[in-house]
Amino acid sequence: MDATRPTTVYFFGTCLVDLFYPQAGMAGIELLQREGIRVVFPQGQSCCGQPAYNSGYKDEALKVARAQLALFTEDWPVVVPSGSCAGMMKTHWPDLFKGTPEEARATAVAGRVFELTQFLANVLKVRLEDKGEPVRVTWHASCHAQREMGVTDEPKALLRQLANVELVELKREKECCGFGGTFAVRHPEISAAMVEDKVADIEGTGAKAVVSGDCGCLMNINGALEAGRKPVQGKHIAEFLLERTHGTR
Amino acid sequence: MSDARSSILASLRASRDAHPVETVASDFTVLREKRWGPAERLERVKRMMEAVHTEFVDATEQDWPAVVQAFLKDAGAKTVLYAPATEAGARLESSWADGGPELVRYDRPVDEFKEEMFTGIDAGITQTLGAIADTGSLVLWPSADEPRLLSLVPHIHIALLKADALYDTFWQVMTENRWAEGMPTNALLISGPSKTADIEQTLAYGVHGPKRLIVVVIR
Amino acid sequence: MAHAEIDFGKASRAALQDPQLRANFRRAMDGLMSKRAAQFADSAEWHSMRALGASVRLRALSKLPELLEKLEENCTRNGITVHWASTTDEANAIVLEIMLRVNAKLAVKGKSMVSEEMHLNAFLEKHGIEAIEADLGEYIIQLDHEMPSHIIMPAIHKNTKQIAQLFRDKIKEAEYTEDVDQLTGLARRVLRKKFMNADVGISGVNAAVAETGTLCLVENEGNGRMVTTVPPVHIAVMGLEKVVEKLEDVPPVLSLLTRSATAQPITTYVNMITSPRKDGEKDGPREIHLVILDNGRSKIYADEELRHTLRCIRCGACMNHCPVYTRVGGHAYQAPYPGPIGKILVPQMEGLDKRGAMPHACTMCNACVEICPVQIPIAGLMNRLREEAVHPGPAVKDAGAQASKAEALVWKGWAATFSSPTAYRMATTVLSAVGNAAPASLPLLKEWTSVRAKPRFAGRTLHDLARDRGIPDV
Repeated sequence: MDATRPTTVYFFGTCLVDLFYPQAGMAGIELLQREGIRVVFPQGQSCCGQPAYNSGYKDEALKVARAQLALFTEDWPVVVPSGSCAGMMKTHWPDLFKGTPEEARATAVAGRVFELTQFLANVLKVRLEDKGEPVRVTWHASCHAQREMGVTDEPKALLRQLANVELVELKREKECCGFGGTFAVRHPEISAAMVEDKVADIEGTGAKAVVSGDCGCLMNINGALEAGRKPVQGKHIAEFLLERTHGTR
Repeated sequence: MSDARSSILASLRASRDAHPVETVASDFTVLREKRWGPAERLERVKRMMEAVHTEFVDATEQDWPAVVQAFLKDAGAKTVLYAPATEAGARLESSWADGGPELVRYDRPVDEFKEEMFTGIDAGITQTLGAIADTGSLVLWPSADEPRLLSLVPHIHIALLKADALYDTFWQVMTENRWAEGMPTNALLISGPSKTADIEQTLAYGVHGPKRLIVVVIR
Repeated sequence: MAHAEIDFGKASRAALQDPQLRANFRRAMDGLMSKRAAQFADSAEWHSMRALGASVRLRALSKLPELLEKLEENCTRNGITVHWASTTDEANAIVLEIMLRVNAKLAVKGKSMVSEEMHLNAFLEKHGIEAIEADLGEYIIQLDHEMPSHIIMPAIHKNTKQIAQLFRDKIKEAEYTEDVDQLTGLARRVLRKKFMNADVGISGVNAAVAETGTLCLVENEGNGRMVTTVPPVHIAVMGLEKVVEKLEDVPPVLSLLTRSATAQPITTYVNMITSPRKDGEKDGPREIHLVILDNGRSKIYADEELRHTLRCIRCGACMNHCPVYTRVGGHAYQAPYPGPIGKILVPQMEGLDKRGAMPHACTMCNACVEICPVQIPIAGLMNRLREEAVHPGPAVKDAGAQASKAEALVWKGWAATFSSPTAYRMATTVLSAVGNAAPASLPLLKEWTSVRAKPRFAGRTLHDLARDRGIPDV
């Protein structure tokens, strides 16, 4: 067995998954367990701190981040089913904790944070066997997964392992969907224009589902798809992969 | 406004001294390594400059004045501004045949014939120090003998390029020739005729400067 | 607090409702993005070049006071007169004084964003001096009394039809035509007369070289060369951060600038000016003045983090790649610098009272960070300004101006809840049970549901499911 392959990981579910998409979180846990990984889900977890961090309230963000940091006592990888929250922990925690007694620990934990598909593809090198019907899907890349976590090809490579899944890429795959956390409610009209364009791009692919690795984007895109009565559905990649390889859950 | 000067500098100095800026060494390797073979250089200069509507004409050390004259005659130019005190200017004067466009000497301050220059001159001829393969650019150092406006105001700019005066990059030109030890009044890179894309991103040539740039490659 | 807050929201709504405007921007930005990507197709070269560009800018900032002194010393030795201005008022006064001394009636201008900061045209007009923009894009918007909507392509918001109509309405000899060559030819005829007759030429500076006292300008049209060569007096205005240490620093900076801005390997003209007309020379201005402007930059420089704003080389690529800018265009920002760089630069120059909304007009998508040729951490600086906006402090003008007790209380409550597992558990239990009953008319939900369905609480949280399935806690 690969020496770099860990036996145990922490799973950090994120607050959006916790409240709105818990089934995506469970799917992520199952995908990891299926690979023989022991998954630990600290019950004390809540949120990475990003909402306050991006709103100018760093003390408040730190308070919440500190409570999470305290949970990761072992040097196991921290797997996160969201590019944005993983990005917060990996790239912003070291700054957020700068000058605090936990700085070194925060930096060390940040170095062990993985976005879920990154962990599945690069660390576990999973092999997926498609058991589903032929279907066409498209992929929505989250901004922070791409640009903070450097995750670009991994999720698409996982989707391409599925024999009956036709992946049609968006015309503007790299463009933001308009969520941006509080941006969506501070500038609802601009956010609306952005998500409308994203929906049009999705529709243009003829896909039946749009798969993504970020629940902020999914909430935004799914909300717009539903309000526009579009037949397309947004789905978290963990759920999608599990469904395809495991039968219908 | 000397108080502005001292207060600005004092403030900058205090800020910098309180928190020095972290720097990293400038590694110019990426520019140093941009190299092309001797044959490729001219090829690349042509390709890049032709992509922005520059025209190329071949000539030799012997026939270039005649080539230039024939070209300008064909182009319908009536008047050609040139620099009589340069080597090229002397060659033009001595070999210019009758019946072509009229040669006009740029041998006095522009202030004495501004109107004529702006309204009555069709073409201007200059030498160049060479060309740059990386970007497809001509290098010009205008001088007292070869003034700046020769390459700007006339509708057609004829630029003489010696086929062996080719460089790889702008950086190479200035470092190898030690420009930093003494810059002229004006140094120029010219990479095509004047152009604009300010109207709906549509390229149009000859907005303020020359509408045509003709590079005469002298072998 | 002297200034009213500038309402970005209102202006952006108006822009969003203009389908022509949105189409103009979308088309233009799409084109610019794909052309730029082709310029930097060699990823290793791109990474080396931007690292070099960043190192040049950082080195310049690390020696900023010394380099400015050296620039002044070398310019002065070369015959260029150097002036210093703390404020735009001072800079305008310097320009006016020169104009009055030479009895100038007409000035022709090359593109300069610093002169936009100064509102120089309006100022000169007030003093009876005509200042004509000679860059075609700037000329177009000056005819229509508009501000630039992009720092590189000031008239990018207009299409050919709109410009054709404008020329017919505003230029005496113009006949209506949508032929771009004819429109350009018309501007050529009008502006050549201005170049010929102008008393003063005004330009910006893309890079000023301390080592040699050289002013570098890039442009495609030739107007920049005209204004710096034909009139008897040339006045260049520059922000104090525009200095670079060595002449050899110029090629990487200009290469990154032109490739990032308009996807050109180089502009048609690179114009390097080191002195006024010397004895025996037959053209060029007899006087050159360089006005070095602060306008808040030294304050930006004082903060260890925010000073990285001053690395900027004004390529505008961050605008081209910004999903917000692409939707609303440049005018919505109501500022000389729109888009991502504007969102960090303008609030620092003008204060967070007036400009507190700007750093929030951003989804933090980091598209600008990815392509910035000098690696400015734009999103990080945006975040910092969001913090400054709600916390009083010395670093930024009018810091704390956006502070709201109610908002602060909400975040305090949020932090208390999310940092305590018990409180979090209670909150999520309540939300899961009754959250879906919240009416869509509630604040925030109302904005959310303007084009989206309400998000649905799942009922049972991941915490619940994990516990049920026996996923270990430690």
